[in-house]
Amino acid sequence: MNDNVLLDVKNLTHVFPLSKKIAVKAVDDLSFRIYKGEIFGLVGESGSGKSTAARCVMNIYKPTAGEIIYKGINTCDLSEFRANKKMLQTTRQLILQDSNSSLNQRMKVSDIIAEPMKINGIRPARGTMRAEAEFQLHYVGMDHSFLDKYPSQLSGGQRQRVAIARALSMEPELLVADEPIASLDVSIQAQIVNLFRHLQKEHGFSFLFIAHDLAMVEFLCDRVGVMYHGKLVESAPTKELFANPIHPYTKALLSAIPIPDPRRERSRKIKQFVADETNFSGKLTEISPNHYVLMGE
Amino acid sequence: MSQLLEVNNLSVSFFTPEGEVQAVRDVSFSLKAGEVLAIVGESGCGKSVMCKSIMKLLPAAAKIKSGSIRVNGIDITEYKERDMTKLRGKLFSMVFQDPMTSLNPTMTIGEQIGEAVRIHYPKLSKEEVKNRVLELMTLVGIDHPKERMKLYPYNFSGGMRQRSVMAIALAADPSILFADEPTTALDVTIQAQILDLLRRVQTELGTATVFVTHDLGVVARVADRVAVMYAGKIVEIGTAEEIFYDPRHPYTWGLMQSLPSLSKGKETLPTIPGMPPSLLDPPKGDAFACRNSYALEIDYEEEPPMFKVSDTHYAATWLLDPRAPKVTPPIGGGIRE
Repeated sequence: MNDNVLLDVKNLTHVFPLSKKIAVKAVDDLSFRIYKGEIFGLVGESGSGKSTAARCVMNIYKPTAGEIIYKGINTCDLSEFRANKKMLQTTRQLILQDSNSSLNQRMKVSDIIAEPMKINGIRPARGTMRAEAEFQLHYVGMDHSFLDKYPSQLSGGQRQRVAIARALSMEPELLVADEPIASLDVSIQAQIVNLFRHLQKEHGFSFLFIAHDLAMVEFLCDRVGVMYHGKLVESAPTKELFANPIHPYTKALLSAIPIPDPRRERSRKIKQFVADETNFSGKLTEISPNHYVLMGE
Repeated sequence: MSQLLEVNNLSVSFFTPEGEVQAVRDVSFSLKAGEVLAIVGESGCGKSVMCKSIMKLLPAAAKIKSGSIRVNGIDITEYKERDMTKLRGKLFSMVFQDPMTSLNPTMTIGEQIGEAVRIHYPKLSKEEVKNRVLELMTLVGIDHPKERMKLYPYNFSGGMRQRSVMAIALAADPSILFADEPTTALDVTIQAQILDLLRRVQTELGTATVFVTHDLGVVARVADRVAVMYAGKIVEIGTAEEIFYDPRHPYTWGLMQSLPSLSKGKETLPTIPGMPPSLLDPPKGDAFACRNSYALEIDYEEEPPMFKVSDTHYAATWLLDPRAPKVTPPIGGGIRE
């Protein structure tokens, strides 16, 4: 169809069985596309299935139903996955929220960054693994003095940047960032977000950016999808979504963004959202170009 | 004297094998009854340590080096653990960031709130304790308290857990509530609810609140006054309106500018370059100087004192010295009407 589609998620469903009788539908019939060079934001409250969706995209979970087409390859199909394993595992990279637990405490920063290259048997472009690690570290704004440090010696922002450098060492085309800045301070958040922007503009990286900080999503993303209880309830280009939210849940979510202005913030009423079955049935309907809302028939 | 809490020149240090870490350096502030003071700053700037040192909840490696803490005019700086136990809960109590780790997973919510009630009012009968628990749960906005008090923390969502923690903290009607990033672990929608709850409880009970956070949007919603902390010092303090509409310290400017909602449609977000200094060996002069594009020569030599902007607004930057060159702040600029 469209050559520009990098990732096409079709009717993705993931169910966690709790017991023989009970199961949790973490992701329910989720469909979205990410175009090349685009930052797609996925927002929603905790437990809405954002992270599960990201993990399905990264082949960490095997979806119960649905297809994930990455560059024309169905990654859920085992034989197709095996045939393209190296390409899939190098060009898609995941950045996790908690860099404290996602980095190996017993490895030095230089080894952490070089590990994906070792695993995939990639010859470092800059001579040695160490030189390559140093280059990537510079790229995320840290100098060579950090190469021989352990994760515990770094601050939260530095650790997160090491995690990003590690993902970048593979020169990925799709970066899946699962709440990469949630645990950081505002000033560090700004640095990381600027870095993402730079990667997108200069290197054409595509992002699946998962967050619950809507102000940051509004700043960074090109298109946004809103999830609620495993379903995509609304998806639109960022400007359109923030200017003209249709779904009641999106409206409630947007009204809850704090404004850094005491007078306006205090006079503001927050919309209470009452979950109503009728809001979450039906199918995605295009109401204006690229603006989809979940609506009843 | 209407000052409920007065902290004067408080310095707290951690004595570690590497040396002395000066976590809080010469901090002074006061809190009136029924007031919300927000303390903002990056992680590691000493905001939590300051709250914990007032409640004397610090580990043994930490010592209050100098300064005094006065509550209702009584100096509690030298109080021992036994005296503090009497004050905690009744005079001040604390709500922590992560509601999951502050609740006991093996006890029901009702038992945990009841435990707090019984400790402070040991003479109450079983029935009275139960009524007080129900009353507290209603106060913090937990619906169906009768059924919910029999549930365990894992049955509760993050917002409900934080409400339960608040019920425990409010069990003995404290005059001061320390809230250490109470909404950081929560979603935006839940966060707004908890903030409104804090505000409502605070007006209903007249509890003074010290609200520690790094989110300026949250501050705008709840705070009467704001103190900005950097590297263990308060660099600017004033009413919420003064801080948001007329900030004077370059660090406050940097914090405000890095908020994405103020840079809509721009290519990049303004950042504060560099990292906060190590408190193991704080630099000479102003700790913020090396990250400050407005730094003057004197900033590297001498620490700025607190300059008075108005009766309520103070900032520690040499830019406010009459001899300093005039700088147009990148943000704020007069109180907007």
